Amino acid sequence: MRKLRFHRSQLCIPYALFLILFVIAPLIVIVYYAFTNGEGKFTFKNFTDFFTSTNTLGTLLDSFALAIVTTLVCLIIAYPTAYILARSNFKKKYVLLLLFILPMWINFTLRITALKEVLSLIEGNIAKYQFLNSVIGMTYDFLPFMILPLYTSLLKLDKSLLEAASDLGANKLTVFLRVTLPLSVPGIISGMTMVLLPSMTNYVVLDMLHNSTFIMGSLIGSYFSAYDWNNGSLIALVLLVIIFIVTLVTNRFSDKDSSDRRAVI
Amino acid sequence: MIKFKKFTALLSAFALSVLPVFAFAGCSKEDETITLRVSNWEEYIDLGGWSDDELIDIENPYGEDGAGIFGKNSMVDDFTEWFNSTHDFNVKVEYSTFGTNEDLYNRLSLGDVYDLVCPSDYMLMKLIAEGACEEYSEQFLNEGEYAENVSPYIDGVFESYDWNKYAACYMWGTTGIVYNPDKVDDIADVSSWNILLNEKYKRMVTIKDNVRDAYFATLGVINSEKLREGTLSAEQRSALLNDVEGTTIAAAEDVLKRIKDNVYSFETDAGKLDMVTGKVIANYQWSGDSVFIMDEAESDESNPTELWYSVPDECTNLWFDGWVMLKKGIEGSERKRTAAEAFVNFLSRPDNAVRNMYYIGYTSAIAGETVLDYINWNYGAEEDVQDVYAYDVSYFFGGEAAVEADASGFGFDGEDRTSVNRGRQLFAQYPSENVIERSVVMLDFGDKLGEINQMWINVRCLDVKDISPVTVGIVAAVVVVIAVAVCLYVFRYRIFVYRPKKGYKRVN
Repeated sequence: MRKLRFHRSQLCIPYALFLILFVIAPLIVIVYYAFTNGEGKFTFKNFTDFFTSTNTLGTLLDSFALAIVTTLVCLIIAYPTAYILARSNFKKKYVLLLLFILPMWINFTLRITALKEVLSLIEGNIAKYQFLNSVIGMTYDFLPFMILPLYTSLLKLDKSLLEAASDLGANKLTVFLRVTLPLSVPGIISGMTMVLLPSMTNYVVLDMLHNSTFIMGSLIGSYFSAYDWNNGSLIALVLLVIIFIVTLVTNRFSDKDSSDRRAVI
Repeated sequence: MIKFKKFTALLSAFALSVLPVFAFAGCSKEDETITLRVSNWEEYIDLGGWSDDELIDIENPYGEDGAGIFGKNSMVDDFTEWFNSTHDFNVKVEYSTFGTNEDLYNRLSLGDVYDLVCPSDYMLMKLIAEGACEEYSEQFLNEGEYAENVSPYIDGVFESYDWNKYAACYMWGTTGIVYNPDKVDDIADVSSWNILLNEKYKRMVTIKDNVRDAYFATLGVINSEKLREGTLSAEQRSALLNDVEGTTIAAAEDVLKRIKDNVYSFETDAGKLDMVTGKVIANYQWSGDSVFIMDEAESDESNPTELWYSVPDECTNLWFDGWVMLKKGIEGSERKRTAAEAFVNFLSRPDNAVRNMYYIGYTSAIAGETVLDYINWNYGAEEDVQDVYAYDVSYFFGGEAAVEADASGFGFDGEDRTSVNRGRQLFAQYPSENVIERSVVMLDFGDKLGEINQMWINVRCLDVKDISPVTVGIVAAVVVVIAVAVCLYVFRYRIFVYRPKKGYKRVN
């Protein structure tokens, strides 16, 4: 009987199991369904259908537009917030940070329902501004995901660099543009990925704010509820590829940024 | 060997805990329990816990004298208790719920097993056609609470479609429009499916977010004139509203796109609240939910509103939810069948039908004295009401059944008060006979399902062809500006070279 030995690598067994069960296995199923038809025969038809239909392409564009606008709005709101939070000498800044994180602790359905009431008060009939409302809803939902990475990357920022820049005659704007901003690019990138991708598929917000136009998530849902696993899986796969490409591009950006950082230093 | 021993120990522990259920089944009553897996719509059964003032004070032939009808415990618990004390084996009900018929069907096709489920008419048809349903026993069909108490009207409809061997109706109703009479200029507006396209109510009306209900209303819009003439026979009307030809689907797509641009939203559940809070003035709704909406709106403390339910003059979708036993679950087991049939019969006991009706607001398929008593108790006119109208419900209850109700709760067409097309809760729960005459059962789409779903997706998606050039221009400009900015930033060291002043030499 061999004695049971403990290896550090064994620590990853739970995660490996999780990975196989909930990531790899479903992925195989998705790929299988995406390239088969209803009878289980191999086909590219789902694929060609997706890229030739003006409706699905329109939905893809619409989702992209919604996601990009949401991300930009989040960035515009989050950057100054994170900057002020990270740079302030205010002792209770964790309390301030908490104020921004707090909404995340409240159930999301509840938040959007409340938002719907507020928007109805302001706009009257919210069905008239469907795109705008969807952006507001998504921003409300995903803002903390943008603030947090920005906050951490700005907090890590070495203050001596800023002092050095000022010593060498840079004014405040130059310090910000040449030092602070380049150094916070990793935060911006990770914040953007965290907001862009979910906001392409989170159709519950749209549903609850009465935007009747489908985005990618709702399209998958509608195929699935019509027992059409194949087309639904294909769209999931397309999204997966898009996410993969976005991640590749952003990684490239943050690599470039680290060399830039060296240049700054 | 230690490992192996541990394993066997575990295994035997597991076996000990599970085996009694399987292996020793049938020895004596104590160690035998049948598990009945029931799946029903969400919030579609009495869950009990009523407050004391909710007692339904009518004669209850199944309870003690003068006890009335009251939901203390949940219906499922009551069933288990009743069954276990009257049968020679025990039953345990595993009760689960589903949100849509498609949801249920998907679960079944993914391998979930249930003994008794409660899908709607077209899903019943689909399941029956696929041979998934178990036939009810002769005994169930001829005696017992369901056979004795089901409304002759419902029984007739089920028989005409050959469903009654497989399905026992639970709840039924119509579809129509809940509206706020103060916000609607003309009553004719809410008496037609055309309200969905009416510019006067742009973004003020909601429609159901599912392809079947939307398609039905759209066919009502398309065939509005023909249907309003009232010259069609029942068969012609049914054929017209179950038309799934390619050209009809294409026409429906165009109309639905226009509806999408005119309505407030496609709603799954939010429509109820939006109607109560007054965000919309009319809501395409199922009759049962309409009752709920009207109840909520008038009991709203801050802003009580009297809402009405109207059945469009064109047509209405007569729908049913029925209990079917599934072959995969029952597996030929006589005891399971007994338990499943007992469950349906228990729900069909008039006092229980009343409890469910009171709790969920929908209309039970059960007729009979007790149910009629409840309707009178609930909707009968108060003593001080001057204008009492004898609302005829004889088609459902048989005989000359009528409810003496306050006449102000009905909308009459014509002076003679025979044609009721609008009304309040009573009308929504039990539509008038003239509404029944223009009702149509919507059948399963069959092999046209894919085509109609694609139509639905086309309606809901943004078509590239529909994007206006102005939008394209603006987006293109923004993209170009951002691209230029990014390029300038990325290549800033190459573009803006810092040239040294004259006289300095660059050292690499």
